[in-house]
Amino acid sequence: MSGEHAQLSDEARDRYWSKTRSLTIVVLVLWFFFSLVIPWFVSSLNSVNFLGFPLGYYMIAQGSLIAFVVLIFFQNWRQDQIDEEFGVADE
Amino acid sequence: MAMIKGNFLDNIGRVYGIYTGGFIAFIILMAILEQMGVGADTIGILFVAFTIAIYALIGWLSRTMEVDAYYVAGRQVPAVYNGMATAADWMSGASFVALAGGIYFGGYGYMAFIVGWTGGYVLVNSLMAPYLRKFGCYTVPDFVGTRYGGNLARFCAVVVLVVASFTYVTAQINATGTIAARALHIPFSYGVWFGLLGILLCSMLGGMRAVTWTQVAQYIVLIIAYLVPVIWMSNAQGFGIIPHFTYGEAATTIAGLETQYGLNPPAEAVPGLSVLTTPHTGPVGDLAEWKFVTLALCMMAGTASLPHILMRYFTTPSVRAARKSVAWSLLFIFLLYFTAPALATLTKLQLLDPSLPTAIIGKSIEEVQNLAWIQNWSSVGFLSVVDQNGDGILQLNEFFMRPDIVVLATPEIAGLPYVISGLVAAGGMAAAMSTADGLLLAIANALSHDLYYKIIDPKADTAVRLIVARVLLVVIGAAAALIASMQLTGILGAVAWAFCFAASGLFFPLALGVWWKRANTPGAIAGMVLGFASGSAYLYYVYTGGTPWMGLDHLRFGIVGMATSLVAMVVVTLLTPAPDEETQRMVDETRVPTGPAILAAKH
Repeated sequence: MSGEHAQLSDEARDRYWSKTRSLTIVVLVLWFFFSLVIPWFVSSLNSVNFLGFPLGYYMIAQGSLIAFVVLIFFQNWRQDQIDEEFGVADE
Repeated sequence: MAMIKGNFLDNIGRVYGIYTGGFIAFIILMAILEQMGVGADTIGILFVAFTIAIYALIGWLSRTMEVDAYYVAGRQVPAVYNGMATAADWMSGASFVALAGGIYFGGYGYMAFIVGWTGGYVLVNSLMAPYLRKFGCYTVPDFVGTRYGGNLARFCAVVVLVVASFTYVTAQINATGTIAARALHIPFSYGVWFGLLGILLCSMLGGMRAVTWTQVAQYIVLIIAYLVPVIWMSNAQGFGIIPHFTYGEAATTIAGLETQYGLNPPAEAVPGLSVLTTPHTGPVGDLAEWKFVTLALCMMAGTASLPHILMRYFTTPSVRAARKSVAWSLLFIFLLYFTAPALATLTKLQLLDPSLPTAIIGKSIEEVQNLAWIQNWSSVGFLSVVDQNGDGILQLNEFFMRPDIVVLATPEIAGLPYVISGLVAAGGMAAAMSTADGLLLAIANALSHDLYYKIIDPKADTAVRLIVARVLLVVIGAAAALIASMQLTGILGAVAWAFCFAASGLFFPLALGVWWKRANTPGAIAGMVLGFASGSAYLYYVYTGGTPWMGLDHLRFGIVGMATSLVAMVVVTLLTPAPDEETQRMVDETRVPTGPAILAAKH
């Protein structure tokens, strides 16, 4: 399935993992914001009108969901770049 | 199996394209039959029978006697199709039938399920799927057993998996029984067994390979069946061509109407039916934000720990394909979940807004009782209109309905032809069957691979292993159907419990297995055992009448379980020696996409 095993030096392996880990942390911070912070402030957000929706309601019904979809596609695009940089892309 | 190898994969787009076209042609044929005067009952039967026959055919064509094909579909499912299969695996009878109705009656607070069941995929993608795929396991306990070593860890994972998945699968078989009973006009207790037969036809002969290809077919049916009625209704009632972006006014109008009518509890409740008492667009009551966030968190962590979802990502050809297919899964799931609030909002507006012809609130009781859809659903006891204050006018708190009929009744409320109701029944059946198949397979595979082959008889040969797997599938299915036919739990409660069980026992052992090299065997066992035990004990405590602590009721017991699991795992790990060199190297290998899998291709 994955062709030749790229020989990563320990040092390259560490750098690869620290980049992957940083990306994951960024993604999880954004995830935390959209899934848990926004619902916490929904009442105040509801006083703002967005496309005819109360903003807080909109974020829960659609906005956060769209953010999750975009977030995963973004993460995979970035992770593919990191994989290619270190020659460990497996396709 | 020439059709599934090479040949089929090369033509996969065309095969499913023809299938989709055929299904649309079938819908049109049914519409024509309806115009020619064929009865509504016949159309309902044809819809359910035709779709199940197709799934069974796919299941038979995908039969196999190879271990790799049976457990992980030969690891050659393309990312997009695995995304569709995961979406069908994921969206259960609860999502399809009960979610919009839950939002209708539960209002804003209920939407924590929507956030939880989509946001969870960010965790799946970030923490789990790519790494478990690299590992090369057949089942989730396979990962636990290899990463932490020893049969005890593997056994604990099997126990959590079986409890969580079994809780979930009884709810799904219950849903197939309900739909089969309604569409085929047979008693519920027969409907359950009929539903089980359909489910087993898909999975028994071909295991994961058969389930994969039927789930793709089921996704196509269920998403058409969900979107078509909403979009049709929106156009027929003048809410816009694509309602999703334009229902903001409707939501605001509902908030206004709620104040005007008043959200009061009924004078006298009708058992089993609900009345609208919660606001549509915002939180209400003590701890409302906290309750929302904790429910969403339980559902998200549960998503990332439920084995029937995680094992879908073992079927892709590569780590990158596994990640890609998580993204596609979420996109396909999103299509349904961002439609559900639109459906709930527009249906509610149609009933409440006096300026619309479909409105019933504020009309005279007699007029409402003569509506055909009110009579249909009242006659089976799913709906009730009672003039409790005796003024002859229907008030908001005099209209009683079972929440899970909102999706099924919407086409009738909007005056759509019956063919749409038949389509919705077929969609609900597809949703419940596909999830039940994934769950049954997860349980049977864990028992046959991890318990029987890895722990009891490691010398068993392939034929015996696959026969054991199939026998277990039938036995577990029958046990689940038996429990479902007793109707012990409601669909939604059982589903939320499954997520909390999985999150309590498996979330941290799985995530830390990849992300914390120091995590060791005693720590993982402590995390699984104490997390699962404390969660279950807390569930027992609240369910038997104990006062919930901080508003954590029986839908949210995963919070207690997860907190215990994390603390137990970290403390015990730090008190015991670090894992050996070999295990640490295994974790290093898991983190890099290339290189050989940790477990051999056929193990």
